[in-house]
Amino acid sequence: MNIQTSRRAFLTGLIVAVALPRMTRAQAMPGYFNVLPEAGDDWVPNAFIRVAPDNTVTVLIKHIEFGQGPYTGLTTLVAEEMDADWSQMRAAAAPADAEKYANTAFGMQGTGGSSSMANSFMQMRKAGAAARAMLVAAAAEKFGVSADQITVEKGVLTAGDQTATFGELAEAASSQTAPEDPPVKEPGQFTLIGTDLPKLDTIAKTDGKAEYALDVYLDDMLTAVVAHPPKFGATVASFDDSAAMQVAGVKKVVQIPTGVAVLAENTFAALKGRAALTVEWDESAAETRSTDQMVEEWTAAATATGNATKDWEIEASGDPDTTPEGEVLEATYVFPFLAHTPMEPLDGVIQIREDGVEVWMGSQMQTGDVGIMSKVLATDKLKLNTMLAGGSFGRRATPDAHFAAELAEVGKAHGNGTVKLMWTREDDVQGGYYRPLTVHHMRGAMDADGKISLWDHGIAAQSVFIGTPFDAMLQGGPDFSAFEGASELRYAAENHRLRWAQMESPVSTLWWRSVGHSHTGFAVECFVDEMLEKAGIDPIDGRLALLGDDHPREKAVLQRVAEMADMSGDYGYGVAVVKSFDSYVAQIAEVEDRGGFPHVRRVWCAVDCGLAVNPNVVKAQMEGGIGYGLSAVLYSEITLDEGGTVRQQNWDSYPIMRIPEMPAVEVAIIQSAEPPTGVGEPGTPPIGPAVANAWRRLTGTALRRLPVVPVPVA
Amino acid sequence: MAISFTVNGEDRSVDVDPDTPLLWVLRDELRLTGTKFGCGIAQCGACTVHLNGMTRRACVTPISMVEGSDVTTIEGVEGAEAEAVRAAWTAIDVPQCGYCQSGQIMSATALLQQNGAPTDEDIDNAMAGNICRCATYVRIRQAIHDAAKTLEG
Repeated sequence: MNIQTSRRAFLTGLIVAVALPRMTRAQAMPGYFNVLPEAGDDWVPNAFIRVAPDNTVTVLIKHIEFGQGPYTGLTTLVAEEMDADWSQMRAAAAPADAEKYANTAFGMQGTGGSSSMANSFMQMRKAGAAARAMLVAAAAEKFGVSADQITVEKGVLTAGDQTATFGELAEAASSQTAPEDPPVKEPGQFTLIGTDLPKLDTIAKTDGKAEYALDVYLDDMLTAVVAHPPKFGATVASFDDSAAMQVAGVKKVVQIPTGVAVLAENTFAALKGRAALTVEWDESAAETRSTDQMVEEWTAAATATGNATKDWEIEASGDPDTTPEGEVLEATYVFPFLAHTPMEPLDGVIQIREDGVEVWMGSQMQTGDVGIMSKVLATDKLKLNTMLAGGSFGRRATPDAHFAAELAEVGKAHGNGTVKLMWTREDDVQGGYYRPLTVHHMRGAMDADGKISLWDHGIAAQSVFIGTPFDAMLQGGPDFSAFEGASELRYAAENHRLRWAQMESPVSTLWWRSVGHSHTGFAVECFVDEMLEKAGIDPIDGRLALLGDDHPREKAVLQRVAEMADMSGDYGYGVAVVKSFDSYVAQIAEVEDRGGFPHVRRVWCAVDCGLAVNPNVVKAQMEGGIGYGLSAVLYSEITLDEGGTVRQQNWDSYPIMRIPEMPAVEVAIIQSAEPPTGVGEPGTPPIGPAVANAWRRLTGTALRRLPVVPVPVA
Repeated sequence: MAISFTVNGEDRSVDVDPDTPLLWVLRDELRLTGTKFGCGIAQCGACTVHLNGMTRRACVTPISMVEGSDVTTIEGVEGAEAEAVRAAWTAIDVPQCGYCQSGQIMSATALLQQNGAPTDEDIDNAMAGNICRCATYVRIRQAIHDAAKTLEG
């Protein structure tokens, strides 16, 4: 096949990603590589770019692709500055290398905080511009002209009647000196940035060829599952594997730090073997409180000091203990533990050889994952292949790298050879690393002019940082992720206080799409809306007034969404605006009362994420963020019964959004020349309060305990 | 005991525990990895295949039930409906993480094979068993309508 494939061929499915393992260049087709191939004869101008003699340009992407679009987005930046043709572009996951591929926002390699585009924006453009300058220098020598006589368009360098492709110039360019700080384009010169380029990974995701870690099959590979403790904080006391070892195909049963691993010839045998295990658990350090009890304790701690492990005063101004004029609104909001449940459960493959270790997994924090595996296996020769992942929403980025550690422990138990470790959905739902159970208590008052005289806000939640390897990042301070979005309150308040009550439990917690904003956005936006309603003030006009002169971007998305929304139906309408991850999102929800429960019909969404590199991807992330947020508002919660066992097991008892409940979504992007900011998470926080505000205005009932549709569990 | 059936038109025979779900036969034995594991209890539809032309959750289908049947997976599904669905999916970039999309496409293809002009309600009924955690539902709905139009046309 001609590698200089036309755009048409690119779009019609002739071109697919290649299969694992050990593909060769000849098999490689555009789009992206499931695993980064060897550089071979490629010209490698820098850590991010390879130009092959066949004229393909492969961009090494330092961020994991799990649907949010970095393969396409970061490749776009390079193609733009190189003046490449989109059809010659390929993406591939970069190796694990914290020196070359650190997230500049974290100082180590990892993906999170909706930062992929923001932290890569100039880095990738500079990389592309440097490669272009070297190609131009090589062409100038070849053509016998000066560099300024050369034009570059769609991957072809031209001077007069002489032309050459990137591939033809690659060898000559390799002897050119890389410029240290090459100039990049002015926004007016962009031809690819800002357009809806087709995503590089779409075709492989429609024909079954996209490969996730679970799809890695290697010769003589065993499959492992692990019996984990039924309660948080419990450990293995003893186990009896005699029945498990009788299961045909079971090869080994072994205790590891996180439980008892069953290694078998295939997945079904491993599952059957695990079911046949008998394990006695030591529950002496386990969480035994029910979530009902925890909610009671958390509520007390959010309401008054002295009820938490530690009380932190985050912000205070004026006199927050004042008794204001007018009615004081008091509200308690309860947010449950939430599991992320990405479609692909946690999984990975480890191969231990005489010459080193190789791992295939959807690693979201390569530096931490490689670090812990190298430690467990006492090796400095570990190669990590970052695979596509079937969603994450925060789940694959864990400060303790617990899954990588478990994978390494299973590999160590197996010894030389190859083993795949898979978590089942039940392991995932019951396995912790939840969005923290959080209770907000708020007191506030608004005068008749719509001015806030009191805003006194207490939040009780576990930390996701304290006690983990990321603890040091806080430098002894409070965990911002518990109250971000409630701090730096965007609405002017005369007397104001924010407290965080630090709670503790053996239940492991983690960031969940939009982190603290997943609950602070709800509490702040419902509370202000209720105050405005009581004061008889329009929810949009009232917010615009309270935002004052310091929040022009919040105001712009609010005004835009108000223009978009058709609020003429016989339904409830609610609005919310949240800034998160440096992006601004306002949403209006149209909500119907269906048998006493909210059904969301339509959502309008305005987003300001700075420059939209790929508007189609931005819109998709808003749509998806809304659906993800709605699942949590409507149905999802993890609860512990008396004694501390998780009640939910799978998607039957932990329901999430399905197509019949998904609203129509209309998205508008604010035109902006500001640098790009996040889109993976910011679509999620506003939908909950928009729906709750619509429901309260429709029915008079304030939704203060999520989820709103109770799901019976066995 | 060997169990025989066809997969994507090819005769296959496997000698496995007869309780083994079709999903794990496809993946572990036949290395057809486009069919995904999501839940194991027919809740998510990531493992949707066509069994004798009808959608079937491979994760709860013991291989003993498949004897003599025709199985079609994402790797082998073809015909006007499948092509229209893939083209519509690609045109508006439906997939995000992509992990559920094999199942979505198998369900959407079966829907269009039975109903060339589905309403929103038809789509809800046919696709409610396929979870997309990225919530690409807005685009799935649009792509099915788009595919139906191209089949008409």
